[in-house]
Amino acid sequence: MSIIVNRDTKVLCQGVGKAGSFHLKGCKDYGTKMVAGVQPKKGGTTVEGVPVFHTVRQAVRATGADASMIFVPAPGAADAVLEAADAGIKTVVCITEGVPVLDMSRTKALLKSRYPGVRLIGPNCPGIITPGECKIGIMPGYIHKKGRVGILSKSGTLTYEAVHQTTAAGLGQTTCVGIGGDPILGSTYLDLLPLFEADPETEAIVLIGEIGGDAEKQAAEYWKAHMKKPMVAFVAGRTAPKGKRMGHAGAIVGGADDTADAKLKMLASYGIHAVDNPSLIGAEVAKVLGK
Amino acid sequence: MKLHEYQAKDLLEATGVRVLKGAVASDPAGIEAAIATLSPGGPWVVKAQVHAGGRGKAGGVKLAKTREDLREKARAILGMTLVSNQTGPQGVKVRKILLVEACDIAHEIYVSILMDRKEGRPLVVASAEGGMEIEELAATHPEKILKEHLDPLAGMQPHQARDLAYRLAPGEAPDSPVPAALAELLMGLSRAFFKYDASLVEVNPLIITPSKDVIALDAKVALEDNALFRHPELEALRDVAEENPKEVKAAEAGLNYIALDGNIGCLVNGAGLAMATMDLIKLHGGAPNNFLDVGGGANKDTMLAAFKLLLGDPQVKGILVNIFGGIVRCDLVAQGVIDAAKEVSLAVPMVVRLEGTNAEQGRALLATSGLPITPAAGFNEATLKIVEAVRGK
Repeated sequence: MSIIVNRDTKVLCQGVGKAGSFHLKGCKDYGTKMVAGVQPKKGGTTVEGVPVFHTVRQAVRATGADASMIFVPAPGAADAVLEAADAGIKTVVCITEGVPVLDMSRTKALLKSRYPGVRLIGPNCPGIITPGECKIGIMPGYIHKKGRVGILSKSGTLTYEAVHQTTAAGLGQTTCVGIGGDPILGSTYLDLLPLFEADPETEAIVLIGEIGGDAEKQAAEYWKAHMKKPMVAFVAGRTAPKGKRMGHAGAIVGGADDTADAKLKMLASYGIHAVDNPSLIGAEVAKVLGK
Repeated sequence: MKLHEYQAKDLLEATGVRVLKGAVASDPAGIEAAIATLSPGGPWVVKAQVHAGGRGKAGGVKLAKTREDLREKARAILGMTLVSNQTGPQGVKVRKILLVEACDIAHEIYVSILMDRKEGRPLVVASAEGGMEIEELAATHPEKILKEHLDPLAGMQPHQARDLAYRLAPGEAPDSPVPAALAELLMGLSRAFFKYDASLVEVNPLIITPSKDVIALDAKVALEDNALFRHPELEALRDVAEENPKEVKAAEAGLNYIALDGNIGCLVNGAGLAMATMDLIKLHGGAPNNFLDVGGGANKDTMLAAFKLLLGDPQVKGILVNIFGGIVRCDLVAQGVIDAAKEVSLAVPMVVRLEGTNAEQGRALLATSGLPITPAAGFNEATLKIVEAVRGK
């Protein structure tokens, strides 16, 4: 079992320029059912052996795609999300970095009111992967291994670190979701934690947070109230100076509550296994699962 | 991108907010020219134009009653080093000042608009008790803070502005012009927030004068960097003199860099891993010199620029390279390290950890390069090694 995506997920790729086609190939090589590319003016051509359409509606009609991976540049990314939703795509993964916050604010409001069944992941995220079945995103597929741990993270390379460690510890992963590093995200920890709790194969959850905002606190409260599976957490940015944006648009320390130290203490106070050393995430999960 | 008060006032005025603009000066001749444009009868206020807050308490805002007094205070503030609770102990140099007519104040209000991350919608935060620091008020009297969410698709609605206005200026007579003027000013702030893709619009204080005028006496606007492509004309408002010179240099080279005050230079791919690397250095007793994310498309040129930046910094006593290759190929990173180290002599210890795509080829390249590079197998080991190498330096 897994969450959101599996071997039956049919994926199209919006934006098949240099980055889009490179990762379309990477996903296809991994074994993902890549059924279409979408880019205006490129309809009728093929990219990496996959047919390309002018619009998402055309692509969905012809291929029955039910998930989308977006590489459309930032100025058009929010529109691409809405185009996918409007064409009936249920899982939209937006990899694009640098989407204006107001665009996301508006897109989220529209998704909520007009397309409530659509799940948006990202933007500014590495994507989602169910090892051995479906990879939608830019993560290196080969470090993953089918297994027992669900991973949720705001960061890309730090997720790879947690994947690498849980693979090395022989635990493997059920599904890994990079939710993205922006202030406004399509899916938050809160949207995804219930899915991991309900997934019979997920035995433990790794949550990787960052400075800024209070998403980790909301996750901890939800975990305490509704979840039985153990959670291991790390929060990046203890050394971050106040008021500086640390690469990710969402990673800015504002008040005293959103520092990494405060978040780690808060997570531990809820009974979550909070680690302060990011190289010990895998070891902590192994310990928690008694392996 | 942060803006100066005088720039913020220009932008707000264009969306219908009543402000007192005054005149800006950046040198002694400019002070004379500015004084000539002000109304002849005082008093006036001289305000330091720096990006940091807390100017008033730091001596960067002064009232002047006579022309001579105004000239003297303007000259004193221009060029001073202003140290406030937001500048750090080294302070910031005042390069520009704003001279403006002083105003009688009957009532001070606080108002700001920012993005509420949790709700995903813009939020108006306001208080009938302006003038003081809002964080302080929020901590001591949270009930005095008003909050009103805005629909991102519709903006502020007139009824929301009216409701806020009546709550922010209670006790006005039924025929007072204040509530309507205040509501219109709030609408103007909302228009500015959406029009400029602002991340913050703040007025503290927003004042009501004894003659019932409603004026934004101060103004703070920050623009969202990711939306600047929509506003090329606003890019000209960037004041690089207010930014860290190392960060300006890094930005020119396309690097995502933030200067810190430690001695271990960090070169990492990915923002999260870059933060975690700094954290681990600190956990092991070291001090990171910087945040540096070379990103997913790191090539030879960006690596070279990154190394030049770190090696050219006298504070850097050792360098840690931590790469988890996903899209980035480790053999290309290794080649970049080798080329850069040959071009800019490597005078400090360097620890390199490569993991992920083509990591073995990358490690082999470094091992046979003849350069004094210490390889490390894991994330933890790498940070321990660099902390050990710079200890006592």
